Amino acid sequence: MSAEHYALQVNGTRHEVRDSWVGESLLYVLRERLGYYGTKGACEQGECGSCTVLMDGEAVCSCLVLAATAQGSEIVTVEGLAKDGELNEVQRAFVDKGAVQCGFCTPGLIVAITHLLDTDPNPSESKIKESISGNICRCTGYGRIFDAVQQAIEVRGMNR
Amino acid sequence: MSTTITANRNTLGTSVLRPDGAAKVRGDFQFSSDEFATNMLWGATLRSPHPYARILSIDVSAALKINGVSCVLLADDVPGKATYGLISSDQPVFAKDVVRYMGEPIAAVAADHPETCKRALQAIVVEFEVLSPLVDPEQCLDDSIAPIHPDGNVFRRQRIVRGDQTIVGEVQVEGTYDIGMQDQAFLGLEAALAIPGHDGRSVELHIATQWLHEDRKQIADCLGLPEEAVQLVLGGVGGAFGAREDISLQVHSCLLALRTGRPVKMQYSREESFFGHVHRHPAKIWMRHHATRDGRIQRIEARMLMDGGAYTSTSPAVLINAITHTQGPYVCENATVEGIAVRTNNPPCGAMRGFGVVQACFAHERQMDKLAKACGIDPVDIRLRNAMSKGDLLITGQPMDSVAPVARCITETAAIPLPDDPEGGDPLLLPGGSGLTAERRNIRRGVGWGVSMKNLMYSEGFDDYSTARCTLRDGVAHLKFATSEVGQGFVTLAIQIATSILGVDHVELEQIDTRIGSAGSTSASRQTWMSGGALDGACRMVREMLFQKVGAEHGIDPLRLAIVDTDVVDTMGTLRIPVREASAGSTLAHTFEHHHRPTSDLDENGQGNCHVAFAFVAHRAVVDVDPDLGLVKVIQIATAQDVGRVLNPLSAIGQIEGGIAQGLGLAVMEEIVIDQGRVRNPSFTDYLLPTALDAPDVEAVFIEEPEPMAPLGAKGIGEPPCISVTPAIVAAISNAIGKNIDRTPVRPQDICL
Repeated sequence: MSAEHYALQVNGTRHEVRDSWVGESLLYVLRERLGYYGTKGACEQGECGSCTVLMDGEAVCSCLVLAATAQGSEIVTVEGLAKDGELNEVQRAFVDKGAVQCGFCTPGLIVAITHLLDTDPNPSESKIKESISGNICRCTGYGRIFDAVQQAIEVRGMNR
Repeated sequence: MSTTITANRNTLGTSVLRPDGAAKVRGDFQFSSDEFATNMLWGATLRSPHPYARILSIDVSAALKINGVSCVLLADDVPGKATYGLISSDQPVFAKDVVRYMGEPIAAVAADHPETCKRALQAIVVEFEVLSPLVDPEQCLDDSIAPIHPDGNVFRRQRIVRGDQTIVGEVQVEGTYDIGMQDQAFLGLEAALAIPGHDGRSVELHIATQWLHEDRKQIADCLGLPEEAVQLVLGGVGGAFGAREDISLQVHSCLLALRTGRPVKMQYSREESFFGHVHRHPAKIWMRHHATRDGRIQRIEARMLMDGGAYTSTSPAVLINAITHTQGPYVCENATVEGIAVRTNNPPCGAMRGFGVVQACFAHERQMDKLAKACGIDPVDIRLRNAMSKGDLLITGQPMDSVAPVARCITETAAIPLPDDPEGGDPLLLPGGSGLTAERRNIRRGVGWGVSMKNLMYSEGFDDYSTARCTLRDGVAHLKFATSEVGQGFVTLAIQIATSILGVDHVELEQIDTRIGSAGSTSASRQTWMSGGALDGACRMVREMLFQKVGAEHGIDPLRLAIVDTDVVDTMGTLRIPVREASAGSTLAHTFEHHHRPTSDLDENGQGNCHVAFAFVAHRAVVDVDPDLGLVKVIQIATAQDVGRVLNPLSAIGQIEGGIAQGLGLAVMEEIVIDQGRVRNPSFTDYLLPTALDAPDVEAVFIEEPEPMAPLGAKGIGEPPCISVTPAIVAAISNAIGKNIDRTPVRPQDICL
């Protein structure tokens, strides 16, 4: 393995990545080198959205990003969303509304929906559906997830 | 005496939230793929590129020379039994002389990095003599074709013969139905961490599975170790749906750990997962219904041929489920059914949500629509006219001796309002979705029906009991069980049971592992009934012990004591003390095994009380179809499901919506495409799954008629949602385009060509 050395900025913390193989994806480095296991991998093709993270404010599939190219970017994972231990509105809504079953798709969906509501506080029903259509959930059939998004929109609206 | 229930207590019947919900939304919940051990190695599997081939030689020398590679294991390195399997032990841990399906494991490697593993696998040289694969199930019945396995090319053949075989109906309808191979496609890929014991003769496996104890038995046999030397701990499970009932990487990871003396982590990629677990059986089903002119079923003839792929898995049980559900939830006194499950060089098939009944239901529901048409009767009326009820006999001779609200399921589904007129709306929600290929004026709307019956628990004499322990200490209930939590929410239900029975508000769930008796599998819609029953029994016994203790301390007959809210109350006196106080300083514990009523085998004519119990459901689908491009958008699914009793409304609706989405997948998009034994679409790019844009509006009604045989009055609810929704959607498509469709999933060419 060739030795590479670079730094990643994750959830506001700078991490040195040493002795890694340059071909490692951001998903692999986040999980296996930096211990951010909240980000999940389920397809390695950018189809399922389980590995969604924010990179400089954009939602990306971390399985499709080479970790070394993420130097200098601000990366936010699901672990970076709860502030001072408090669940954010989307996280709270997922628990309250039964949007979590096995929970494997949940971190990616939470990141994607948080990003959606940060950019559009009042998305239409079809925009919500289109925005999360890149995040596959195999357990819920999405009904409770739609419910959770509505709660998150309402709570965020009240808190504004 | 107060009967008020304190608000916000986690009792049965309320929408208690998941105890693991917060961890899952934070990303803190540890799935099996998140497990990690210091000094661990990575494991990987070498798989056959051919569906059928002789192995002439295997050379691992180049792989062993790669820096970072610790070991390579082959068939001869398996110290115990060379094969495993749920029903028949016919699947090799590693192929030795022959490979029988594309993706069959040949070798396993352990190395310091997943990438090193990949290089090692590429460096292993296997010389094959490629053989012509047996891929046509009909050919398996031809005795002149050489068996592809020493156990032969037929897994099981069973007939059902009942009543008068000579009846010829005034009306006859028939069809041959094709059901495609579906993948469970759980999101959390197969993953395990095997940790060897210091003695080198024991191992602890952290694994995402549906049935810890069955895994342990098969693993221990292959390792050549006593079961006590193999302990399993449930790793966080990212969905299952049947695909984790069989062994995948369990034995391989333990072998690598024991050989290297270091912890070994294995996890499959999505592509490997398509090869690493069994799928839903593809089936070809012929059925002929004989009926009176007014549509009453007199006799059914059927032949079901199920492709089990290369190894047995659960094919014999899937077959029996299919043929014993030939009639569906309808009265039928005469039947002739032949069922055959065969071995081919296609991918092995086994358990998936619905387990054989999905296939049978697709055929009988398409038949009911044909019968309705032939008799000039409405699809709802034909089903109501034939609806089974308590007291009827099944074609196996088994009496339907408990709750069977089939007619209610149908009428309450029919009462759900149809969706709005299709005019207007967002073009994104038309067939074709974001492709924006459809124009509203070309879209045709259709309505279709599906109704089903599903057996609950295991069948044919199998005693799939469950074990649970309750320990009450200082007002806290500690619960221990080996029940696999795969996402369905048993952990929530466990808290509700203890809260309701013991009057506690603090429940601790202990680690789910093999350090208690078996809970059986999380499958067959059975854990609420079976493990719920075991916990119910354990908690009730502990409550009795508490009453004995309080009775002795206060000189009161324990029979007078009851739990009210969080107190022990003397129902004939004034004593009222909190459970916390009453249980202070003592430890009350009981382990309980729940067994369902016994079942029996089928005789040679398929007669026998082989099933424990049944649940029913009706589905009505409304679809929009673009007839030019053959694209479908499912608009609404209305459903009324026989649930016995709702224990947690939020969990129940989640099961119903989730099951419907999987049934929708089988109706319009999900199929593993196989060509000469080769899987052509082992990825989420090519195997399509329902997304948020495909999700229909689900309008659900619970039919609550408590089941007297069930410990909590609740029937299993996991499987029924995904069974009859598939034929309902296909019927709706047929209705929209005015063309009969006899296969699922429905492809664009089935609609527009």
